[in-house]
Amino acid sequence: MDTTEDLAARLAIDLDGTFEALVRAEQDLVYGIALRSTRDPGAAEELAQDTFVRAYRALASYDTQRIGDLQLHAWFARITINLCRNRARSRRGAPVEVPFESIAEPVDPSLHPEPAALAREAEGEWGRRLAALPGHYRLAVELRHVHGLSYEEIAAALERPINTTKTHVHRGVALLRAAYSQEISA
Amino acid sequence: MNAIDAPLPELTALRTPAPADLAPTVLVRVGLADEWFMADAPIGPIFVAYNGRGVSATGPGDRAEGAAGFEAGFAGRFGRAIRSARRPDAGVVRAVTRSLAEGRPHGLAFDLRGVSPFASAVLHGALTIPRGEIRPYAWLAREIGRPRAVRAVGSALGHNPVPMLIPCHRVVRSDGTIGDYAWGSSVKRAALAAEGVDPDTIERQARGGMHYVGSDTTHIVCLPTCRHARRMMVRHQVPFASLKAASEAGYRPCKICRPV
Repeated sequence: MDTTEDLAARLAIDLDGTFEALVRAEQDLVYGIALRSTRDPGAAEELAQDTFVRAYRALASYDTQRIGDLQLHAWFARITINLCRNRARSRRGAPVEVPFESIAEPVDPSLHPEPAALAREAEGEWGRRLAALPGHYRLAVELRHVHGLSYEEIAAALERPINTTKTHVHRGVALLRAAYSQEISA
Repeated sequence: MNAIDAPLPELTALRTPAPADLAPTVLVRVGLADEWFMADAPIGPIFVAYNGRGVSATGPGDRAEGAAGFEAGFAGRFGRAIRSARRPDAGVVRAVTRSLAEGRPHGLAFDLRGVSPFASAVLHGALTIPRGEIRPYAWLAREIGRPRAVRAVGSALGHNPVPMLIPCHRVVRSDGTIGDYAWGSSVKRAALAAEGVDPDTIERQARGGMHYVGSDTTHIVCLPTCRHARRMMVRHQVPFASLKAASEAGYRPCKICRPV
């Protein structure tokens, strides 16, 4: 198993020969961010694909030095987050689609649960609590505690100072714990 | 590490593995791997391989080796992984289906990496030959500005990675015989016959010395399968063995088929 630095070094020498290993090394991070942002597995898969396609094109245009210097986790997290934001922005502007069948024939929702509902069920209580955090806390906590990125990587991914990043992670975790205690005492 | 920074198992448990199909799909989209599907060509079913850059290969669908043979040949030639497409790209399928049905490219992109600039010029030249018409190798050499590279043109066509979609079957030997084909000369004859060009007639005419046909009303001389030659009434057709003979008889070359 490569370390991230080894992978960046190999990538700088042989992009095409190393790209598959790169995808396999970063795919859980990229897909995880996309899934938590869209809460729709199909959309998350598309977003993850788009992230890697964009990364490949960028890498093909970078020189060796620039590729070797990349913090890969941070770089992939940033591309994914940007694509998720673009998608959310374009969907806000788009009209709400009501499928014709849903008007014509009401179905029992327990038989045909919508994908978002399935995803909410799959993410569990902690996933739900995490999703309820304010956006900048949520991403910082997710990158730190779900994906295990360092504060330096998170700061680079979110383009914020390290100290701000630490504060966001700590406040986010404190909010999660508060939400948990409130729920069990209620 | 302070207490608040300790790992939180509840959150670590939220890691979701990416779908198994993500990496293979990404590799196809960036052109580091390919997928194939079957399409209907006028000669029968063919294999069509593609990636995010375009259609990369075709193969005859009627061979005993089947899909395994096509995949092995592809991997050996291009050095990339290939798999059967679970959900073939709808845009590629539409473009390929329409191009095969109409005998001309419709919204097709080709992945011609590994093809030399010369061979690429030859293949793009072959794309300009209309369905139901044929041209000699020397014609294609002249069209791409390399009139003496006739053999190299033949070799480039023989290595066409996408037969049927780039119609190298429409290029024949300058002596009027149908000639070789990457998938075998019988497939070439069948492909021409499916476009309304009878290979036996073409070869019989060539043997009889008819390499060009002129119209005695317009005094224009064409290649025999030029759409203008086919419009001439038989009683106005004048066969020629050479352009020189046609020129001496006062005929000028057609501006559409540009005979050589």
